[in-house]
Amino acid sequence: MTDAILRVTNLSRYFRVGGLRSSGTLHATDEVSFEVAPSEIVALVGESGSGKSTIARVLAGLYPPTSGEIVFEGEVQGKRPSRRVRGRMPMVFQDPFGSINPVLRVGHALERSLKLHRPELNAAQRDAEAVVLAEKVGLLPGADVLARYPHELSGGQRQRLGFAQALASRPSLILADEPVSMLDVSIRIGLLNVMKALRDEEHVSLLYITHDLASARYVADRMIVLYAGRIVEEGTTDEVITNPSHPYTRLLMATAPDPRLPLASDTDVADLGEPPKVINPGPGCRFAPRCPLAMDHCRTSTPAMVQLSATKRVACYALDAS
Amino acid sequence: MSTPILEVRDLQVHYATPHGPAQAVNKVSFDLAPGEFLAVVGESGCGKSTMLFSIAQLLTYPAETVGGTVRFNGVELTSLSPEELRQHRWRDISVVMQSAMNALNPTLSIGAQLADVCRAHTDWSDAKIAERSAEVLAMVSIDVTHLKSFPFQLSGGMRQRAMIAMALLLEPQLIIMDEPTSALDVVAQRSLMRQVENLRRQLGFAVLFVTHDMSVVSHFSDRLAVMYAGEIVELGTTRDVFDRPRHPYSSGLMDAFPSIVGAARELTGIAGNPPSLVDPPVGCLFAPRCAHATDECREVRPALVASADREVRCHLVNPRRVS
Repeated sequence: MTDAILRVTNLSRYFRVGGLRSSGTLHATDEVSFEVAPSEIVALVGESGSGKSTIARVLAGLYPPTSGEIVFEGEVQGKRPSRRVRGRMPMVFQDPFGSINPVLRVGHALERSLKLHRPELNAAQRDAEAVVLAEKVGLLPGADVLARYPHELSGGQRQRLGFAQALASRPSLILADEPVSMLDVSIRIGLLNVMKALRDEEHVSLLYITHDLASARYVADRMIVLYAGRIVEEGTTDEVITNPSHPYTRLLMATAPDPRLPLASDTDVADLGEPPKVINPGPGCRFAPRCPLAMDHCRTSTPAMVQLSATKRVACYALDAS
Repeated sequence: MSTPILEVRDLQVHYATPHGPAQAVNKVSFDLAPGEFLAVVGESGCGKSTMLFSIAQLLTYPAETVGGTVRFNGVELTSLSPEELRQHRWRDISVVMQSAMNALNPTLSIGAQLADVCRAHTDWSDAKIAERSAEVLAMVSIDVTHLKSFPFQLSGGMRQRAMIAMALLLEPQLIIMDEPTSALDVVAQRSLMRQVENLRRQLGFAVLFVTHDMSVVSHFSDRLAVMYAGEIVELGTTRDVFDRPRHPYSSGLMDAFPSIVGAARELTGIAGNPPSLVDPPVGCLFAPRCAHATDECREVRPALVASADREVRCHLVNPRRVS
């Protein structure tokens, strides 16, 4: 893909942990490479600690990468993205209650984005544009909602406002970090539909960060599955869901709460283990300690991503063997 | 059904607001059999957690239980003094809160917190306390070395399991759980549910479980109660309610979450917002959002009508003229 709007190559972000005298380094994200095409929703799926939010935060410039290259809209990004790049690649946060100033009217949140990123607009144009943006994300009637205070909005409405704010800077890619995980199940679907509408009508790409496989399947064109800081599987949503290759993806599939699935009793043991904290890691597949297919080889050398089809890549020795 | 261990009748909770009382829980009635797992599902603000807190007698101002009875093993909990309630807590009824991160004391080791519960309710020796603490940790698959660990040294899933271990200490007959899985990852969620289920089989306690995500309980609860705006709108066996929801709100909820199986399809969710509980509509509380609402629905509040296997609060399911 040469027309990718975002290309990430061997991106790593490490954190020093454990106090001053410790030499511990947490590998939050390790050698991650992927691309996002225009008008595409890519889901980064993984558990807590898989590095999915770290990737979004590095892209948003909240902290610099330890190593690796980020090419956004054809430009190699430096340590900190410029305001223009931050506007083209805004972030929607997980907590809709912590990300809006509670003492200012809802409209202010949008006006501020417009003021910063669209200086060519005058006050009247900004007001009009704010209403248009609000209505694009389903905050209806726009003028009425913008005149309220944040506490008068429900969680779902606040999160819609988050997307309107992101839209204000005319983005090409929105980084959506678990935007629905704090919402009630019954209103999540409305937000997921907003994300689809942004892709289809505004031609924005989205990097959707989630631990929920079912919602990723619902909105995403492609899925990237992360485990302990590394990509273990990548493919189109259909490929990954109907034919999961990596044992970790299969574990995620088996544990997804879904009333439409029969309850597997034999494969579904009570203690499924937990992802490791990747501090000063040695070589080897990071899933090996929990993997039913692990071989000696898996513990001593790190499997590379192998191309299984034009669109699907997997990092697993057990698959090479079979 | 054997004699219920918990009988809730016409439970009513109001929140004091500047605009008058909000009817957070409105005449909720149900029974819980010994060893039974009842899940209560509904949106935020439907009163499900308030109901739990009212049953456990943990409500504080501005919430107040204004009517109804809660009988636990024949004892009327609403009329007990704080000291009498204290006797029942942990020993007969344990509560597992939503956020284990906040429910555990960050400055005490897990072992000290388990011992605290034992000392408050038993005259066990230190050796007996240590033995029982190790035993309950093993039940939830936590290594006994973690008795010396502090909460920050455990993962979220382990903390939540430690809470469950604490709830099990004195072998209560009823464990009340308020969204214990909502802060967990899917894999940890499934582990926790599995463990609760195995322990319930083994030890025979009953579970009253509240969640907004009904898919979490779909494979584990015996019966499912769907709450909307403070009322139970549907109650039946879990599998049956999932497969054949009768109340329009229940079917709306079933259609609101995407699946990883079957054909991909567009979902719409349920339009609109729950009604004001201070000034609720006259008729069915769900009528303003219901696609099938008739004039009758808007004018007359439907009752919860029991049939052979299901209780449903809907005029369309229970035509009034026929009955």
